[in-house]
Amino acid sequence: MRLPHFDYAAPTTLEEALRLLAEKGPDARVLAGGTDLIIRMRHGLVKPSAIIHLGGIAVLRVITYKLKTGLSIGAAATLAEVAGHPDIRRRYPAVAYAAGETANVQVRNLGTVGGNLCNAAPSADNAPTLMALGAEMVLAGPQGERRVALEQFFKGPGQTVLTPGEILTAIQVPTPPPHSGAAYQQVSARGRVDICAASVGAAVVFEGENCKDIRIFLGAVGPTPLRALLTEDLVRGKAWAPELIAQAGEKAAGEARPITDMRASADYRRQMVGVLTRRALLEAQKRAGKR
Amino acid sequence: MKHQIHFTVNGDHYSLSVDPWRTLNELLREDLNLTGTKLGCGTGDCGACTVLVDGKSVNSCLTLAVSVNGKSIRTVEGLAPSGEALHPIQEAFIQTGAIQCGFCTAGMEMSALHLLNHNPAPSEKEIREGLSGHLCRCTGYNQIVEAISGAAEKMRGNPVEEVKK
Repeated sequence: MRLPHFDYAAPTTLEEALRLLAEKGPDARVLAGGTDLIIRMRHGLVKPSAIIHLGGIAVLRVITYKLKTGLSIGAAATLAEVAGHPDIRRRYPAVAYAAGETANVQVRNLGTVGGNLCNAAPSADNAPTLMALGAEMVLAGPQGERRVALEQFFKGPGQTVLTPGEILTAIQVPTPPPHSGAAYQQVSARGRVDICAASVGAAVVFEGENCKDIRIFLGAVGPTPLRALLTEDLVRGKAWAPELIAQAGEKAAGEARPITDMRASADYRRQMVGVLTRRALLEAQKRAGKR
Repeated sequence: MKHQIHFTVNGDHYSLSVDPWRTLNELLREDLNLTGTKLGCGTGDCGACTVLVDGKSVNSCLTLAVSVNGKSIRTVEGLAPSGEALHPIQEAFIQTGAIQCGFCTAGMEMSALHLLNHNPAPSEKEIREGLSGHLCRCTGYNQIVEAISGAAEKMRGNPVEEVKK
Protein backbone atom coordinates (compact mmCIF):
# COMPACT_ATOMS: atom_id res chain seq x y z
CA MET A 1 0.00 0.00 0.00
CA ARG A 2 3.00 2.32 0.32
CA LEU A 3 3.82 4.57 -2.60
CA PRO A 4 6.87 3.86 -4.74
CA HIS A 5 9.74 6.34 -4.42
CA PHE A 6 9.97 9.42 -6.64
CA ASP A 7 11.49 12.91 -6.83
CA TYR A 8 9.20 15.81 -6.09
CA ALA A 9 9.04 19.45 -7.08
CA ALA A 10 6.44 22.13 -6.40
CA PRO A 11 7.09 24.92 -8.90
CA THR A 12 5.37 28.28 -8.47
CA THR A 13 5.33 29.31 -12.13
CA LEU A 14 4.24 27.55 -15.31
CA GLU A 15 7.64 28.22 -16.94
CA GLU A 16 9.38 26.46 -14.06
CA ALA A 17 6.94 23.54 -14.28
CA LEU A 18 7.57 23.15 -18.04
CA ARG A 19 11.33 23.30 -17.52
CA LEU A 20 11.16 20.67 -14.75
CA LEU A 21 8.95 18.42 -16.84
CA ALA A 22 11.42 18.57 -19.75
CA GLU A 23 14.35 18.01 -17.42
CA LYS A 24 12.86 15.02 -15.58
CA GLY A 25 11.96 13.21 -18.79
CA PRO A 26 9.05 11.08 -19.99
CA ASP A 27 8.62 9.17 -16.70
CA ALA A 28 7.78 12.34 -14.79
CA ARG A 29 4.12 13.07 -14.07
CA VAL A 30 2.32 16.28 -13.19
CA LEU A 31 0.01 16.12 -10.19
CA ALA A 32 -2.94 18.49 -9.76
CA GLY A 33 -5.19 16.97 -7.08
CA GLY A 34 -3.67 13.49 -7.07
CA THR A 35 -6.97 11.66 -6.56
CA ASP A 36 -6.37 9.54 -9.67
CA LEU A 37 -2.56 9.52 -9.87
CA ILE A 38 -1.91 8.54 -6.23
CA ILE A 39 -4.36 5.64 -6.49
CA ARG A 40 -2.76 4.43 -9.73
CA MET A 41 0.65 4.62 -8.05
CA ARG A 42 -0.63 2.72 -5.01
CA HIS A 43 -1.90 -0.04 -7.29
CA GLY A 44 1.45 -0.16 -9.08
CA LEU A 45 -0.05 0.92 -12.42
CA VAL A 46 2.34 3.86 -12.78
CA LYS A 47 5.77 4.45 -11.30
CA PRO A 48 6.70 8.06 -11.98
CA SER A 49 10.37 8.97 -11.60
CA ALA A 50 9.30 12.43 -10.53
CA ILE A 51 6.13 14.25 -9.54
CA ILE A 52 5.65 17.88 -10.39
CA HIS A 53 2.91 19.34 -8.26
CA LEU A 54 0.89 22.07 -9.98
CA GLY A 55 -1.06 23.20 -6.89
CA GLY A 56 1.38 25.98 -6.07
CA ILE A 57 1.09 27.71 -9.46
CA ALA A 58 -1.38 30.49 -8.71
CA VAL A 59 -2.32 31.19 -12.35
CA LEU A 60 -3.49 27.60 -12.84
CA ARG A 61 -6.04 27.93 -10.04
CA VAL A 62 -7.86 30.90 -11.54
CA ILE A 63 -11.45 30.72 -12.79
CA THR A 64 -12.65 33.70 -14.84
CA TYR A 65 -15.81 34.52 -16.74
CA LYS A 66 -16.29 37.32 -19.26
CA LEU A 67 -19.32 37.69 -21.50
CA LYS A 68 -17.09 38.30 -24.53
CA THR A 69 -14.56 35.51 -24.08
CA GLY A 70 -16.49 33.03 -21.99
CA LEU A 71 -15.32 30.86 -19.14
CA SER A 72 -11.77 29.86 -18.33
CA ILE A 73 -11.18 27.13 -15.74
CA GLY A 74 -7.55 26.88 -14.58
CA ALA A 75 -6.17 23.36 -14.83
CA ALA A 76 -5.59 23.15 -11.07
CA ALA A 77 -9.01 24.54 -10.01
CA THR A 78 -10.65 21.91 -7.81
CA LEU A 79 -13.94 20.18 -8.58
CA ALA A 80 -15.39 21.87 -5.46
CA GLU A 81 -14.27 25.31 -6.66
CA VAL A 82 -15.87 24.76 -10.07
CA ALA A 83 -19.07 23.32 -8.56
CA GLY A 84 -19.41 26.28 -6.20
CA HIS A 85 -18.27 29.15 -8.44
CA PRO A 86 -21.03 31.78 -8.68
CA ASP A 87 -20.46 32.61 -12.37
CA ILE A 88 -20.34 28.93 -13.35
CA ARG A 89 -23.48 28.17 -11.36
CA ARG A 90 -25.33 31.03 -13.04
CA ARG A 91 -23.98 30.86 -16.61
CA TYR A 92 -22.96 27.20 -16.94
CA PRO A 93 -25.17 25.32 -14.47
CA ALA A 94 -24.55 21.98 -16.22
CA VAL A 95 -20.78 22.42 -15.82
CA ALA A 96 -21.17 23.19 -12.11
CA TYR A 97 -23.55 20.24 -11.72
CA ALA A 98 -21.20 17.77 -13.42
CA ALA A 99 -18.28 18.91 -11.22
CA GLY A 100 -20.49 18.58 -8.13
CA GLU A 101 -21.55 15.07 -9.17
CA THR A 102 -17.96 13.87 -9.50
CA ALA A 103 -16.86 11.47 -6.72
CA ASN A 104 -17.46 12.69 -3.14
CA VAL A 105 -16.86 15.78 -0.98
CA GLN A 106 -13.26 15.06 0.02
CA VAL A 107 -12.21 14.03 -3.49
CA ARG A 108 -13.84 17.21 -4.87
CA ASN A 109 -11.80 19.27 -2.39
CA LEU A 110 -8.60 17.74 -3.79
CA GLY A 111 -9.33 16.68 -7.38
CA THR A 112 -9.59 18.98 -10.38
CA VAL A 113 -11.74 19.25 -13.50
CA GLY A 114 -8.50 19.39 -15.51
CA GLY A 115 -7.30 16.16 -13.94
CA ASN A 116 -10.63 14.45 -14.58
CA LEU A 117 -10.22 15.29 -18.29
CA CYS A 118 -6.49 14.50 -18.57
CA ASN A 119 -6.94 11.06 -16.98
CA ALA A 120 -9.30 10.40 -19.90
CA ALA A 121 -11.56 7.80 -18.32
CA PRO A 122 -14.43 7.11 -20.77
CA SER A 123 -16.70 7.77 -17.77
CA ALA A 124 -15.15 11.16 -16.84
CA ASP A 125 -18.09 13.09 -15.39
CA ASN A 126 -16.88 16.47 -16.61
CA ALA A 127 -16.28 15.52 -20.24
CA PRO A 128 -19.71 15.19 -21.95
CA THR A 129 -21.11 18.60 -20.92
CA LEU A 130 -17.89 20.50 -21.64
CA MET A 131 -17.69 18.77 -25.05
CA ALA A 132 -21.31 19.67 -25.78
CA LEU A 133 -20.54 23.29 -24.91
CA GLY A 134 -17.58 23.33 -27.33
CA ALA A 135 -14.81 23.61 -24.72
CA GLU A 136 -11.18 23.99 -25.74
CA MET A 137 -8.11 22.72 -23.93
CA VAL A 138 -5.19 25.14 -23.63
CA LEU A 139 -1.95 23.17 -23.64
CA ALA A 140 1.46 24.64 -22.83
CA GLY A 141 4.65 22.95 -23.97
CA PRO A 142 8.30 23.62 -24.73
CA GLN A 143 7.25 24.93 -28.17
CA GLY A 144 4.65 27.30 -26.75
CA GLU A 145 0.90 27.15 -26.45
CA ARG A 146 -1.65 25.28 -28.54
CA ARG A 147 -5.39 24.84 -28.33
CA VAL A 148 -7.26 21.62 -28.94
CA ALA A 149 -11.02 21.21 -29.01
CA LEU A 150 -12.01 18.92 -26.13
CA GLU A 151 -13.86 16.90 -28.77
CA GLN A 152 -10.44 16.09 -30.33
CA PHE A 153 -8.61 15.67 -27.01
CA PHE A 154 -9.35 12.03 -26.14
CA LYS A 155 -7.71 9.19 -28.07
CA GLY A 156 -8.82 6.20 -26.00
CA PRO A 157 -9.18 5.07 -22.40
CA GLY A 158 -6.45 6.94 -20.49
CA GLN A 159 -5.10 8.35 -23.76
CA THR A 160 -5.10 12.00 -24.84
CA VAL A 161 -3.33 14.16 -27.42
CA LEU A 162 -1.10 15.59 -24.67
CA THR A 163 2.53 14.98 -25.66
CA PRO A 164 5.40 14.43 -23.19
CA GLY A 165 6.44 17.80 -21.85
CA GLU A 166 3.00 19.37 -22.25
CA ILE A 167 0.79 20.63 -19.43
CA LEU A 168 -2.89 21.52 -19.57
CA THR A 169 -3.18 25.11 -18.34
CA ALA A 170 -6.87 25.91 -18.77
CA ILE A 171 -10.21 24.75 -20.10
CA GLN A 172 -12.01 27.45 -22.07
CA VAL A 173 -15.74 27.36 -22.65
CA PRO A 174 -17.40 29.83 -25.02
CA THR A 175 -20.31 31.93 -23.81
CA PRO A 176 -23.45 29.96 -24.67
CA PRO A 177 -25.61 31.63 -27.34
CA PRO A 178 -28.94 33.24 -26.35
CA HIS A 179 -31.93 30.87 -26.01
CA SER A 180 -29.70 27.90 -25.26
CA GLY A 181 -29.42 25.43 -22.42
CA ALA A 182 -27.17 22.55 -21.43
CA ALA A 183 -27.58 19.57 -19.13
CA TYR A 184 -25.70 16.60 -17.71
CA GLN A 185 -27.35 13.34 -16.71
CA GLN A 186 -25.71 10.19 -15.37
CA VAL A 187 -26.54 6.95 -13.67
CA SER A 188 -24.46 4.67 -11.47
CA ALA A 189 -24.99 1.60 -9.34
CA ARG A 190 -24.51 3.23 -5.95
CA GLY A 191 -26.31 6.47 -6.52
CA ARG A 192 -23.77 9.20 -7.05
CA VAL A 193 -20.50 8.54 -5.31
CA ASP A 194 -19.23 5.84 -7.62
CA ILE A 195 -18.09 5.97 -11.22
CA CYS A 196 -21.01 6.38 -13.60
CA ALA A 197 -22.29 3.51 -15.77
CA ALA A 198 -23.57 5.85 -18.47
CA SER A 199 -23.85 9.61 -18.89
CA VAL A 200 -25.11 12.18 -21.37
CA GLY A 201 -24.17 15.82 -21.85
CA ALA A 202 -26.27 17.97 -24.17
CA ALA A 203 -26.34 21.59 -25.30
CA VAL A 204 -29.34 22.89 -27.27
CA VAL A 205 -29.87 26.23 -29.03
CA PHE A 206 -33.48 27.23 -29.72
CA GLU A 207 -35.04 29.48 -32.32
CA GLY A 208 -38.63 29.95 -31.32
CA GLU A 209 -40.10 26.46 -31.04
CA ASN A 210 -37.38 24.94 -33.21
CA CYS A 211 -34.09 23.39 -32.30
CA LYS A 212 -31.57 25.58 -34.10
CA ASP A 213 -28.51 23.62 -33.06
CA ILE A 214 -27.67 20.72 -30.78
CA ARG A 215 -24.63 18.83 -29.51
CA ILE A 216 -24.92 15.56 -27.60
CA PHE A 217 -22.09 13.52 -26.06
CA LEU A 218 -22.37 10.09 -24.46
CA GLY A 219 -20.06 9.06 -21.61
CA ALA A 220 -18.94 5.58 -20.42
CA VAL A 221 -20.41 3.86 -23.50
CA GLY A 222 -17.33 3.86 -25.74
CA PRO A 223 -13.54 4.11 -25.52
CA THR A 224 -13.90 7.91 -25.27
CA PRO A 225 -16.97 10.10 -24.76
CA LEU A 226 -18.86 9.73 -28.07
CA ARG A 227 -20.60 12.40 -30.10
CA ALA A 228 -24.15 11.30 -30.99
CA LEU A 229 -24.06 12.77 -34.49
CA LEU A 230 -27.09 10.88 -35.87
CA THR A 231 -29.19 11.97 -32.90
CA GLU A 232 -28.10 15.56 -33.39
CA ASP A 233 -29.07 15.36 -37.10
CA LEU A 234 -32.44 13.95 -36.16
CA VAL A 235 -33.26 16.84 -33.82
CA ARG A 236 -31.53 19.81 -35.46
CA GLY A 237 -33.89 22.13 -37.34
CA LYS A 238 -37.05 20.39 -36.11
CA ALA A 239 -39.90 21.65 -33.96
CA TRP A 240 -39.29 20.67 -30.32
CA ALA A 241 -41.93 18.09 -29.37
CA PRO A 242 -42.30 15.14 -26.97
CA GLU A 243 -42.26 12.62 -29.86
CA LEU A 244 -38.99 14.11 -31.12
CA ILE A 245 -37.40 13.78 -27.66
CA ALA A 246 -38.53 10.15 -27.48
CA GLN A 247 -37.07 9.43 -30.93
CA ALA A 248 -33.84 11.16 -29.93
CA GLY A 249 -33.54 8.81 -26.94
CA GLU A 250 -33.91 5.76 -29.16
CA LYS A 251 -31.46 7.11 -31.70
CA ALA A 252 -28.84 7.90 -29.05
CA ALA A 253 -29.21 4.41 -27.53
CA GLY A 254 -28.44 3.04 -30.99
CA GLU A 255 -25.35 5.22 -31.30
CA ALA A 256 -23.85 4.08 -27.97
CA ARG A 257 -21.10 1.46 -28.16
CA PRO A 258 -21.18 0.08 -24.62
CA ILE A 259 -19.34 -2.88 -23.14
CA THR A 260 -20.35 -5.12 -20.24
CA ASP A 261 -18.16 -4.74 -17.16
CA MET A 262 -18.43 -4.73 -13.36
CA ARG A 263 -20.40 -1.46 -13.38
CA ALA A 264 -23.18 -2.44 -15.77
CA SER A 265 -24.13 -4.65 -18.70
CA ALA A 266 -23.99 -3.33 -22.24
CA ASP A 267 -27.77 -3.75 -22.56
CA TYR A 268 -28.44 -1.74 -19.43
CA ARG A 269 -26.07 0.99 -20.53
CA ARG A 270 -27.72 1.20 -23.94
CA GLN A 271 -31.18 1.54 -22.40
CA MET A 272 -29.93 4.13 -19.94
CA VAL A 273 -28.44 6.22 -22.74
CA GLY A 274 -31.98 6.49 -24.12
CA VAL A 275 -33.41 7.56 -20.78
CA LEU A 276 -30.57 9.96 -19.96
CA THR A 277 -30.71 11.56 -23.41
CA ARG A 278 -34.42 12.31 -22.99
CA ARG A 279 -33.82 13.72 -19.51
CA ALA A 280 -30.87 15.81 -20.65
CA LEU A 281 -32.82 17.30 -23.58
CA LEU A 282 -35.77 18.20 -21.36
CA GLU A 283 -33.52 19.78 -18.77
CA ALA A 284 -31.58 21.71 -21.41
CA GLN A 285 -34.91 23.02 -22.72
CA LYS A 286 -35.94 24.12 -19.22
CA ARG A 287 -32.65 25.92 -18.73
CA ALA A 288 -32.97 27.64 -22.11
CA GLY A 289 -36.39 28.88 -21.06
CA LYS A 290 -34.97 30.40 -17.93
CA ARG A 291 -32.63 32.73 -19.78
CA MET B 1 15.61 13.57 -1.32
CA LYS B 2 13.83 14.75 1.79
CA HIS B 3 11.95 18.03 1.74
CA GLN B 4 11.75 20.47 4.62
CA ILE B 5 8.13 21.45 5.35
CA HIS B 6 6.42 23.71 7.87
CA PHE B 7 2.79 23.29 8.87
CA THR B 8 0.47 23.36 11.84
CA VAL B 9 -1.64 20.54 13.22
CA ASN B 10 -4.44 21.50 15.62
CA GLY B 11 -2.64 24.79 16.27
CA ASP B 12 0.80 23.29 16.95
CA HIS B 13 3.65 24.29 14.63
CA TYR B 14 5.83 21.61 13.09
CA SER B 15 8.95 21.81 10.98
CA LEU B 16 9.91 18.42 9.58
CA SER B 17 11.96 16.79 6.89
CA VAL B 18 9.86 14.30 4.87
CA ASP B 19 10.31 11.91 1.98
CA PRO B 20 8.06 12.98 -0.93
CA TRP B 21 6.40 9.56 -1.27
CA ARG B 22 4.92 9.62 2.22
CA THR B 23 1.27 10.54 2.59
CA LEU B 24 -0.23 12.99 5.06
CA ASN B 25 -1.91 9.99 6.69
CA GLU B 26 1.46 8.31 7.30
CA LEU B 27 2.94 11.56 8.59
CA LEU B 28 0.11 12.12 11.10
CA ARG B 29 -0.09 8.56 12.35
CA GLU B 30 3.54 7.46 12.29
CA ASP B 31 5.59 10.61 12.85
CA LEU B 32 3.23 12.71 14.98
CA ASN B 33 1.51 9.78 16.71
CA LEU B 34 -1.90 11.25 15.95
CA THR B 35 -3.60 7.90 15.43
CA GLY B 36 -7.15 9.23 15.75
CA THR B 37 -7.06 9.62 11.97
CA LYS B 38 -7.49 6.14 10.51
CA LEU B 39 -6.43 4.48 7.29
CA GLY B 40 -9.11 2.40 5.60
CA CYS B 41 -9.09 1.81 1.86
CA GLY B 42 -6.18 4.05 0.83
CA THR B 43 -8.04 4.96 -2.35
CA GLY B 44 -10.39 7.79 -1.34
CA ASP B 45 -13.54 5.69 -1.07
CA CYS B 46 -14.06 5.08 2.67
CA GLY B 47 -13.28 8.47 4.24
CA ALA B 48 -11.79 7.05 7.47
CA CYS B 49 -8.66 9.15 6.89
CA THR B 50 -10.48 12.49 6.47
CA VAL B 51 -8.82 15.58 7.95
CA LEU B 52 -9.23 19.30 7.27
CA VAL B 53 -6.45 21.07 5.35
CA ASP B 54 -6.92 24.84 5.40
CA GLY B 55 -10.52 24.21 6.42
CA LYS B 56 -11.34 21.77 3.62
CA SER B 57 -12.03 18.08 4.18
CA VAL B 58 -9.63 15.87 2.25
CA ASN B 59 -8.53 12.24 2.18
CA SER B 60 -5.19 12.20 4.02
CA CYS B 61 -4.38 8.90 2.24
CA LEU B 62 -4.40 10.71 -1.14
CA THR B 63 -2.51 13.80 0.06
CA LEU B 64 1.26 13.84 -0.16
CA ALA B 65 2.75 15.02 3.15
CA VAL B 66 5.15 17.28 1.28
CA SER B 67 2.20 19.13 -0.28
CA VAL B 68 0.91 20.49 3.06
CA ASN B 69 3.87 22.83 3.38
CA GLY B 70 2.58 26.12 4.83
CA LYS B 71 -0.86 24.71 5.53
CA SER B 72 -3.00 24.31 8.60
CA ILE B 73 -4.31 20.84 9.42
CA ARG B 74 -7.07 19.85 11.78
CA THR B 75 -7.53 16.27 12.94
CA VAL B 76 -10.01 14.63 15.28
CA GLU B 77 -7.53 15.21 18.13
CA GLY B 78 -8.11 18.94 17.63
CA LEU B 79 -11.87 18.75 17.33
CA ALA B 80 -12.65 19.27 21.03
CA PRO B 81 -12.22 22.91 22.04
CA SER B 82 -10.35 21.98 25.25
CA GLY B 83 -8.88 18.98 27.02
CA GLU B 84 -12.02 18.71 29.15
CA ALA B 85 -15.04 19.37 26.98
CA LEU B 86 -15.94 17.43 23.87
CA HIS B 87 -17.05 19.14 20.65
CA PRO B 88 -20.85 19.17 20.20
CA ILE B 89 -20.37 16.84 17.20
CA GLN B 90 -18.58 14.32 19.43
CA GLU B 91 -21.20 14.66 22.18
CA ALA B 92 -24.00 14.11 19.69
CA PHE B 93 -22.27 11.00 18.28
CA ILE B 94 -22.12 9.54 21.80
CA GLN B 95 -25.68 10.50 22.70
CA THR B 96 -27.31 9.06 19.59
CA GLY B 97 -25.27 5.86 19.51
CA ALA B 98 -23.57 6.91 16.27
CA ILE B 99 -20.38 5.09 17.29
CA GLN B 100 -20.32 1.33 16.92
CA CYS B 101 -16.87 -0.10 16.20
CA GLY B 102 -15.58 3.48 15.95
CA PHE B 103 -13.31 3.05 12.95
CA CYS B 104 -15.22 5.46 10.70
CA THR B 105 -16.02 7.93 13.50
CA ALA B 106 -13.04 10.28 13.30
CA GLY B 107 -13.49 10.75 9.55
CA MET B 108 -17.24 11.12 9.84
CA GLU B 109 -16.81 13.79 12.53
CA MET B 110 -14.30 15.77 10.46
CA SER B 111 -16.64 15.72 7.47
CA ALA B 112 -19.49 16.77 9.77
CA LEU B 113 -17.36 19.72 10.88
CA HIS B 114 -16.63 20.69 7.26
CA LEU B 115 -20.32 20.42 6.42
CA LEU B 116 -21.55 22.45 9.40
CA ASN B 117 -18.91 25.13 8.84
CA HIS B 118 -20.35 25.65 5.34
CA ASN B 119 -23.99 24.90 6.06
CA PRO B 120 -25.08 25.40 9.69
CA ALA B 121 -28.62 24.12 9.06
CA PRO B 122 -28.35 21.17 6.66
CA SER B 123 -31.35 19.08 5.64
CA GLU B 124 -31.18 15.31 6.03
CA LYS B 125 -30.42 15.03 2.31
CA GLU B 126 -27.60 17.56 2.61
CA ILE B 127 -26.13 15.66 5.58
CA ARG B 128 -26.22 12.42 3.58
CA GLU B 129 -24.59 14.15 0.62
CA GLY B 130 -21.98 15.62 2.98
CA LEU B 131 -21.16 12.08 4.13
CA SER B 132 -21.09 10.62 0.61
CA GLY B 133 -17.34 10.04 0.90
CA HIS B 134 -17.67 7.79 3.96
CA LEU B 135 -18.39 4.16 4.62
CA CYS B 136 -19.55 2.78 7.98
CA ARG B 137 -19.00 -0.98 7.96
CA CYS B 138 -21.31 -1.34 10.98
CA THR B 139 -23.90 0.31 8.71
CA GLY B 140 -25.01 2.71 11.45
CA TYR B 141 -25.72 5.53 9.04
CA ASN B 142 -29.07 6.65 10.45
CA GLN B 143 -27.64 7.38 13.89
CA ILE B 144 -24.75 9.29 12.33
CA VAL B 145 -27.13 11.47 10.30
CA GLU B 146 -29.23 12.00 13.43
CA ALA B 147 -26.13 12.95 15.44
CA ILE B 148 -25.05 15.56 12.91
CA SER B 149 -28.52 17.02 12.74
CA GLY B 150 -28.57 17.29 16.56
CA ALA B 151 -25.08 18.79 16.65
CA ALA B 152 -26.09 21.37 14.05
CA GLU B 153 -29.01 22.48 16.19
CA LYS B 154 -26.82 22.78 19.27
CA MET B 155 -24.08 24.65 17.43
CA ARG B 156 -26.53 27.16 15.96
CA GLY B 157 -27.57 28.16 19.48
CA ASN B 158 -24.08 28.06 20.93
CA PRO B 159 -21.13 28.60 18.57
CA VAL B 160 -18.04 26.58 19.45
CA GLU B 161 -14.80 28.35 20.21
CA GLU B 162 -12.33 27.14 17.61
CA VAL B 163 -8.77 26.01 18.30
CA LYS B 164 -6.41 28.96 17.91
CA LYS B 165 -3.92 28.63 15.08
